[in-house]
Amino acid sequence: MTRKQRRLTMIGGSLTVLAIAAALVLNAMRDSIVFFSTPTMAAEKQIPPGKRFRLGGLVQPGSLVRGDNLAVNFSVADGSATLPVSYKGILPDLFREGQGVIAEGTLDASGVFKADTVLAKHDETYMPKDVADALKKQGHWKDDYGAKPGAAAAAAPATGATR
Amino acid sequence: MIAEAGHYALVLALALALIQSTVPLLGARWGDHALMNVARSTALAQLLFVGASFAALTMLHVVSDFSVVNVFENSHSMKPLLYKITGVWGNHEGSMLLWVAILALFGGLVAAFGNNLPLSLRAHVLAVQGWIAAAFYLFILVTSNPFLRIASPPIEGRDLNPVLQDIGLAVHPPMLYLGYVGFSISFSFAVAALIEGRIDAAWARWVRPWTLVAWIFLTLGIAMGSYWAYYELGWGGWWFWDPVENASLMPWLAGTALLHSAVVMEKRNALKVWTILLSILTFSLSLLGTFLVRSGVLTSVHAFATDPSRGVFILLILCLFIGGSLLLYAWRASALKQGGLFAPISREGALVLNNLFLTTACATVFIGTLYPLALEVVTGEKISVGAPFFNLTFGPLFVPLMVAMPFAPLLAWKRGDLAGAAQRLMAAGIAALIAIAVLWAWTSGGATFAPLAIGLAVFVVAGALSDLAERTALFRAPLATAMARARGLPRATWGTAFAHAGVGIALIGIVCETTWNSEYIGSMKPNDVAKVAGYQLKLDGVTQRQGPNFREMIAQFTVSHDGETLQVMTPSKRNFTTRSSSTTEAALLTRGASQLYISLGDTNADGAIAVRIYHKPLVLLIWWGPVLMAFGGLLSLSDRRLRVGAPKPAKKSAKPARALQPAE
Repeated sequence: MTRKQRRLTMIGGSLTVLAIAAALVLNAMRDSIVFFSTPTMAAEKQIPPGKRFRLGGLVQPGSLVRGDNLAVNFSVADGSATLPVSYKGILPDLFREGQGVIAEGTLDASGVFKADTVLAKHDETYMPKDVADALKKQGHWKDDYGAKPGAAAAAAPATGATR
Repeated sequence: MIAEAGHYALVLALALALIQSTVPLLGARWGDHALMNVARSTALAQLLFVGASFAALTMLHVVSDFSVVNVFENSHSMKPLLYKITGVWGNHEGSMLLWVAILALFGGLVAAFGNNLPLSLRAHVLAVQGWIAAAFYLFILVTSNPFLRIASPPIEGRDLNPVLQDIGLAVHPPMLYLGYVGFSISFSFAVAALIEGRIDAAWARWVRPWTLVAWIFLTLGIAMGSYWAYYELGWGGWWFWDPVENASLMPWLAGTALLHSAVVMEKRNALKVWTILLSILTFSLSLLGTFLVRSGVLTSVHAFATDPSRGVFILLILCLFIGGSLLLYAWRASALKQGGLFAPISREGALVLNNLFLTTACATVFIGTLYPLALEVVTGEKISVGAPFFNLTFGPLFVPLMVAMPFAPLLAWKRGDLAGAAQRLMAAGIAALIAIAVLWAWTSGGATFAPLAIGLAVFVVAGALSDLAERTALFRAPLATAMARARGLPRATWGTAFAHAGVGIALIGIVCETTWNSEYIGSMKPNDVAKVAGYQLKLDGVTQRQGPNFREMIAQFTVSHDGETLQVMTPSKRNFTTRSSSTTEAALLTRGASQLYISLGDTNADGAIAVRIYHKPLVLLIWWGPVLMAFGGLLSLSDRRLRVGAPKPAKKSAKPARALQPAE
């Protein structure tokens, strides 16, 4: 092979791999990306039952009900709307009424959000980013919530409970 | 007094870095040896001063001087001494100080051990190190000074975030930074080569050990962080595709590619331009990781916008260094001469394939990590890109990489014999097929992908072993001859085999853990028994205990298997009063490479406690794999040819050509 042919082989191979990677990325983008909603946005958008999304807001004080066998029901509120959530499993360490929370799952036919993952972060001043932004937009933000974003120093990924 | 001294030492280090970044360059331009040698002394002095500054901050944390903001916010007088020390880098300011201290350490090492480098190359390399150091000293002094005082000192500190009070996290950041910052050396060498417009195989020989050191530390750092997340966060996951984790994975992928392309450059004098680009990209990704973690952009794009001083500063550093080096690259790369030719099927070709897949995989991680941020900035729409995305993109790209991996060391340089290599991998292929068949029969009706993936992993491990067997003529020659040949093999060859086998072992662990993981989640009262994967776990009771700076609720489980009592496990939940937060301390029981894992949830009103029990088959292989990779790297580093440094190009031709070229 000449130098030119070799270079063409190399470039052709690279382009093939890149094309495959691009196809994989686009395919994954279509199927596996989860959108974020607050209860208000969920009501406005009329999210159909069965579609996965992330629900964020504050745990409505007084709404937490523990049932048998680790079943948990609570409501997520964002100031103007609330959405009932049901979850089965262990809640993360920092799950508390009145605190920010993100739940991932789907709506069922009766309008209850069936969560399979509940997220919180290991820092008492932390508010999940999506929740903080949504609350700020609606004017329900208290300044002491997000005082120290850098507190969880090196690597503290969101912790949560999942089933 | 100590705080002021530390602050002053940091300012002096900045001044030294500024001298280091300019004077040697002028020296190189004018051919003035004395000026070029300034680089060496300033690099060493800079290390001394930043070391003093770091020692000062450590001292302040140890004596709990709460008149310093940084100590007040992150320490507590009751905290154990170990965590007082590790708390130094458990916060933003301290960890940035650690970052520059490690940067100065690497600069100092080049200065101290770089006597065999050409004088002008050393001057250039250290000058580039000086630029990076100066930028980060400025960043610390302007936006994140760890030595700030409080006007009216409080009596007690706020304590370190409880999850960070753990030995795993004490060692993890320094390891990670040794990796991140270690790549600054290859970056500096690359920029120096571009400035000088000259690059040869000896250059790669100098760069490779530094890259290897950084890579070893990064590998161990990532593995350690993953194990920490596994046992400390209490829900048994070991990799979350969290942006913070991706930030460390990207430089690792690029660094692994760099390690391989540097081999081609050293042995065959080819892929020069590409190796330079990879050096720049790898360190750029390290900088990007620092930016992602340190700017707060991940916690909230909003917070980033309202308190922009830190984030914008790092972003500027990022743009300056990445943009500057890439511009320099675009301008000067064409000046570098093209090197050796090779056929597509050859050792070089295989290493190019490796680079292609590693960088593409790195690009998919890059997209998955930054796309949500970009989308939010542009449209305000919030999305989360999680494990499914990466499984669908990163996974398929790693399959061909691993299939090709055993072939590469068996191919010759310049022109390889694929059929011959395949023949020599016959045994490995058969082993893989047997593994697939056995697993298929054993788990009939179960997961389809798992046996195939394990077959691939077995192929990789067996391939690495058969490469060694081939080189030592094991089974072909008498045992004594084989042993003699094994002793004669370059350590780098052993290193390759270990590192490659490590990838396969990690894959086995990953597949087993994700496929055959069994779990039990429920609430238990004393004397309840839970059954998981053939183990019986009986809850004996719950006790309370007072720790140094926390209260702890300990549950005691007796574990038995087939009626035989094995051990007592004591998971606990700790309550840290100062921060009014709690952590879950999981209990682990190791059986071979498998683990039983118990973590506690909330206590119900009726005294029942929520319990999560996992049986994770072969989970430890996930971390043994990287340890093996790092060990391989260490072996390769101890190779005589790297230790003695680069020979002069003239001597190189005098070296006897080996029948079997060692692979790295």
